[in-house]
Amino acid sequence: MNEKLYRRRVRTNWIGLTLSMAAMAIGLFVLLWILFVLFKNGLSALDWNMFTKSTPAPGSEGGGLANAIVGSLMIVGLATFLSTPIGILAGVYLAEYGDRSKIAQVTRFVTDIMLSAPSIVLGLFVYALIVAQTKQFSGWAGTVALSLIAVPVVLRTTENMLRLVPGSLREAAFALGAPQWKVTIMVTLRAARSGVVTGVLLAVARISGETAPLLFTALNNQFFSTDMGKPMANLPVVIFQFAMSPYDNWVRLAWGGALLITLAVLLLNIVARVYFRDKSSQR
Amino acid sequence: MNPSSSDSGLLDQKRLDVVRRQRLQDFLFHKVTLSFSLIVLAALAGILISLIITAWPAFKKFGLEFIWRVEWDIVNEEFGAAIAIFGTVVSSGIALLIAVPLSFGIALFLTETCPVWLRRPLGTAVELLAAVPSIIYGMFGLFIFAPLFAEYGQPAMQSTLGQMPLIGPLFGGAMNGIGILAAGLILAFMILPFIAAVMRDVFEIVPPILRESAYGVGCTTWEVVRYVVLPYTQQGVIGGIMLGLGRALGETMAVTFVIGNSQRISSSLFAPGSSIASTLANEFGEADDFHLSTLFALGFLLFVITFVVLAFAKILIIRTERAKGTKT
Repeated sequence: MNEKLYRRRVRTNWIGLTLSMAAMAIGLFVLLWILFVLFKNGLSALDWNMFTKSTPAPGSEGGGLANAIVGSLMIVGLATFLSTPIGILAGVYLAEYGDRSKIAQVTRFVTDIMLSAPSIVLGLFVYALIVAQTKQFSGWAGTVALSLIAVPVVLRTTENMLRLVPGSLREAAFALGAPQWKVTIMVTLRAARSGVVTGVLLAVARISGETAPLLFTALNNQFFSTDMGKPMANLPVVIFQFAMSPYDNWVRLAWGGALLITLAVLLLNIVARVYFRDKSSQR
Repeated sequence: MNPSSSDSGLLDQKRLDVVRRQRLQDFLFHKVTLSFSLIVLAALAGILISLIITAWPAFKKFGLEFIWRVEWDIVNEEFGAAIAIFGTVVSSGIALLIAVPLSFGIALFLTETCPVWLRRPLGTAVELLAAVPSIIYGMFGLFIFAPLFAEYGQPAMQSTLGQMPLIGPLFGGAMNGIGILAAGLILAFMILPFIAAVMRDVFEIVPPILRESAYGVGCTTWEVVRYVVLPYTQQGVIGGIMLGLGRALGETMAVTFVIGNSQRISSSLFAPGSSIASTLANEFGEADDFHLSTLFALGFLLFVITFVVLAFAKILIIRTERAKGTKT
């Protein structure tokens, strides 16, 4: 046996694997570092005032994020409400009707690109479409922008999950004489429910942290407002403006908001995964 | 069935009605789902059309020259996209340079060396890193990373890399933490989980028999990955990298916080610059008419660039997955 060659191969292997372990360690370290920083800076702002008081005026003391939290909940909630049926029905089309047709293939391809398309450009689009026409930044415009981001996520997960449903299940229902829409809604979709719910949860997580498209659509509002037709405060834009500001209490609130939003997003992600794992392992 | 209506003609009529109704319902359901899936295509068309229409005044005034004009003068309304494109491409390039080897390492670890019981938690951790909103990366970069980078990272780079011929000037100039290099570094950590996830997925589609035969003839783990797994998944890996690139090019918040937002091109990577997305985020609020139109022109360019990159990535990934179907 060539001792020298053998040693070199073992050494190369060792170096390669050590480096790969180091890469994993770096990845984990960054995640933990970010979480640590968020907790360290954000916890001090996380008090009762943050949930009850509205964002403070420049230079004034105290204040909270109540208006931004409510605004974010409304915009994200409505966007979810709007995008879920669109995404699910479009996913049904791709999986059940379109399948390999040209139109389905093109839609699939475009959806995949929209999944990673720059969200700021979607903001520009909604600005041109709604804000420029109504001459008014509004919560509705923000809702539409976020829906555009959420639809592809819901669509693709729905389609993938429907494809996992065994064909025999569909055929059994067809054999009983059920029409296709009934089979889809009562059998296929129901079988794929946990996967579809996961997709919706992931879409909510994705849009909750989106900042760029809201800059051009919902903008911001210093006061408490639930009027969707007016500019609306929301957490990401408030965090952006406050973090860049010279006021200490603003920066502190930005950290508080950042912690809040990250916890919400990570929690949604974990819940989605655990829920999906539980439901799919039951079967 | 109602026993009193023993009249079979009536029953047939009823059955026919049911069938007819169901056929109509099916038809409607088909068309409704179809029209919803067309919304996605309509959105794409709408984006392109609305961007072009709003950007038209800028394109009309500067023509194609807009793309390579090195000028961004808001007061005199002299605009060119070169500075922003330069910042976008350079920061994304730096991000790829760092993120690709790291994600390769992570994917290798998750598929080959990691004990099975740890795979899922570690995989989830990587996915959580992908889920952290970009604005958090931005704040992290500005408040935590930039000061540390200015104090330790940049001096260390300047005294080593900065002394080398050719690439030396890249690491010169003032060291204040924020700048194109810092943006690239933050971007690297943002796109790392995306690339790692794709690489892990394509590594997993390598047929076990290929892998095991390589181990069988005495290959080390490194050799299996280097000479069997990587060549087999080459296109998918490149696709994953392009996907990461697409993300990096269009990323807004993380970059806006740390790139420094200055409209000039500098020879040093330490110097502040701007990307297309950061220019949009910063200037949109104060922009009026013509300025706004140039911002839309920038947005249009960004969309076209990312579209091409992402489409290319998608095609490569699809090809890899199709190969899986024919070769196993």
